[in-house]
Amino acid sequence: MERFNQTIEELYREMIQIDSLQIPCRELRDQGMALFREKGIPHGKMEKWRHKAIDTLLVKPDQPFKPYLIQTEPSPYQPIDQVFKCEIKNIGTISYHLLNGWYIHQNKPLDIRDNGVIVGSINAAYQQFPELVSHYFNQLDPEKQDGLIALNQALFTDGIFIYVPDNVVVETPIQIVSLVDTLQKLMIQHHHLVIVGKNSQLSLVHCNDSVHEENSFINNILEINLEANAQLHYYKMENKDAQSILVNNTFVNQAADSRFTSNMITFNCGYVRNSLEVHLKEEGSDANLYGLYLVDRKQYIDNQVNVIHHVPHCTSNQIYKGIADDEAGANFSGHIYVAKDAQQTAAYQINRNIALTDEAKITTRPFLEIYADDVKCSHGATIGQLDENAMFYLRTRGICLRNARMLLMFAFANEIANLVLIEKLRERLNDMIKRRLSGELTICDQCMMNCADKENLIYDIDTTRLRS
Amino acid sequence: MLKIQNLHVSIHGKEILKGVNLEVKRGEVHAIMGPNGTGKSTLASVIAGKEIFDVTEGSITYKDKNIFDLSIEDRAREGIFIGFQYPVEIPGVSITNFMRTALNEIRAYRGLEPLGAAQFLRLMEEKKKIVELQSKLSERSVNEGFSGGEKKKNEIFQMAVLEPELAILDETDSGLDIDALRVVANGVNQLRNPENAAIVITHYQRLLDYIIPDFVHILFDGKIVKSGPKELAMELEEKGYDWIKSEYEQSKLIGK
Repeated sequence: MERFNQTIEELYREMIQIDSLQIPCRELRDQGMALFREKGIPHGKMEKWRHKAIDTLLVKPDQPFKPYLIQTEPSPYQPIDQVFKCEIKNIGTISYHLLNGWYIHQNKPLDIRDNGVIVGSINAAYQQFPELVSHYFNQLDPEKQDGLIALNQALFTDGIFIYVPDNVVVETPIQIVSLVDTLQKLMIQHHHLVIVGKNSQLSLVHCNDSVHEENSFINNILEINLEANAQLHYYKMENKDAQSILVNNTFVNQAADSRFTSNMITFNCGYVRNSLEVHLKEEGSDANLYGLYLVDRKQYIDNQVNVIHHVPHCTSNQIYKGIADDEAGANFSGHIYVAKDAQQTAAYQINRNIALTDEAKITTRPFLEIYADDVKCSHGATIGQLDENAMFYLRTRGICLRNARMLLMFAFANEIANLVLIEKLRERLNDMIKRRLSGELTICDQCMMNCADKENLIYDIDTTRLRS
Repeated sequence: MLKIQNLHVSIHGKEILKGVNLEVKRGEVHAIMGPNGTGKSTLASVIAGKEIFDVTEGSITYKDKNIFDLSIEDRAREGIFIGFQYPVEIPGVSITNFMRTALNEIRAYRGLEPLGAAQFLRLMEEKKKIVELQSKLSERSVNEGFSGGEKKKNEIFQMAVLEPELAILDETDSGLDIDALRVVANGVNQLRNPENAAIVITHYQRLLDYIIPDFVHILFDGKIVKSGPKELAMELEEKGYDWIKSEYEQSKLIGK
């Protein structure tokens, strides 16, 4: 770990030297670095990391250490529509792209629409709208921050900024595609910010993909703020290669009567940790948190869900389902916290898992912490196998073992995909689930939205821009 | 077409079938009757391929093939259909998807092209009429939330779609009201032809008012103790199972 920490110190020095960013990042970097020195990378003796340690993934004990790199400036612009053979358009979204840590654009770092909606680089947004951005940016409780959040603060490069003013319904979903395409061992720290104003509505599709086998470590922060009566549907898609490490820290703040729906879908990964923290801060707010993970080989997926009911009359509902094949692993930790005065809370949680082999390892950890006395809370967690009776029944109709398993697994996974409201995305997902379960959808299918072929690397990185 | 010889089957060391002999030829309908717990459903399950049973002795051949050499799905593909007493609920699997997968796998086994979507849907609509199924099957999961009657109708519907050569209906009449019974029986009768055969397992005689069998067998204590024409069912209904029981006990005594 010493070598790793050394690398971080070096990268930090480099970042503050070349800082061209407009966010008052120096202060944030210093704070983050100080906190990182104190906390370090989380390790397996910490409760929240007990089931799977990340330190031994970042620095593999049995291999010589090769330092991570940061790409310190954006890649040159390439017309994404032409090189990115992606079906993104087919799901009817307007997409914005990040590549190797940077927002990709053609002399238009911010898309400012007529209705006041702003989408673009967080750095550019700060330059143009410093008050708006700084009001919401990095509003994290320092007490609760771990070493990875500190690391992001110390080394972050860019991120997406989305602002929907009051009383605007954004008709066309916005899609963020965060790509990693490099043969280098890259470390990427995004810090995204989403603000949905009063009575406004937005659907956001967020894809984390890698273009080819690489060793990247991606450590994101996403802050979401929903003002009164705002609605956000957040779809998170993850299809990463087996070497990558992806950590997402998502924080959601909800004002009165706002509604947040998330759907975290992980098809392939090396190691993915989705940490989702939702604060129901004003009455009438509602959070629906769904998740689906399909992992095999040696993949590992960790979903950490934290719902905090601060005030009365809020509702939350968690449904996470997953299938682990081969030697894959999955963890679900679902924490519901109901504060002392948060009466009339309704909070539910379900986690269902299927372990297909004896070697697949699944942990599920429901945790309810309730200090109010007039609440409705429930949780249910199961880890099981495919229903033998159903398998038999299907086979007596002439369906082979493999297809019988497929039908049952698809039925299991389909429940979550059917909660996706964007019709084309839902159809696409169901198709991908089928292909994933039949072993056809691998990282070779390129990104989540099934883009280019492996022969043509989409973005060739100019390695002279990489400093080690 | 089906030949069962001296079949002995046990589960967890307990012998349930103790030497069953039965031969079914094309065009025939056989009824197997008997009191509860005498092994009627076990017989159906063993033919289907349920793995929890141990076959300790005897043989089953189907179309001159040793049935135990065939996987569960291959038995179905060879034309055996089991209508279950307790059909399994499979949430999330639509009936359409289920039947299409099944039918096309069976067709592939027989060297036939898969049915296209339109052709398949036409077939579904046609077969639905046979069992008077009203609901939109594409939107419903297999047996999920079905009433007892609907589940049984769904079994007959599946049979109609898959067009088996040998249908074994295990207590298909249990739990049915008189209307559902008529629908189910009509379904079976419509599918009857000289090339096919059926075994109807039932506890009561009333189903046999609708499906007229060629032979009636009485299964008792793991053996077929009496076989006869359709009138045997009437006699059984009249005299009750005690009649068989006492006759059987007597024969046992004589045997000693």
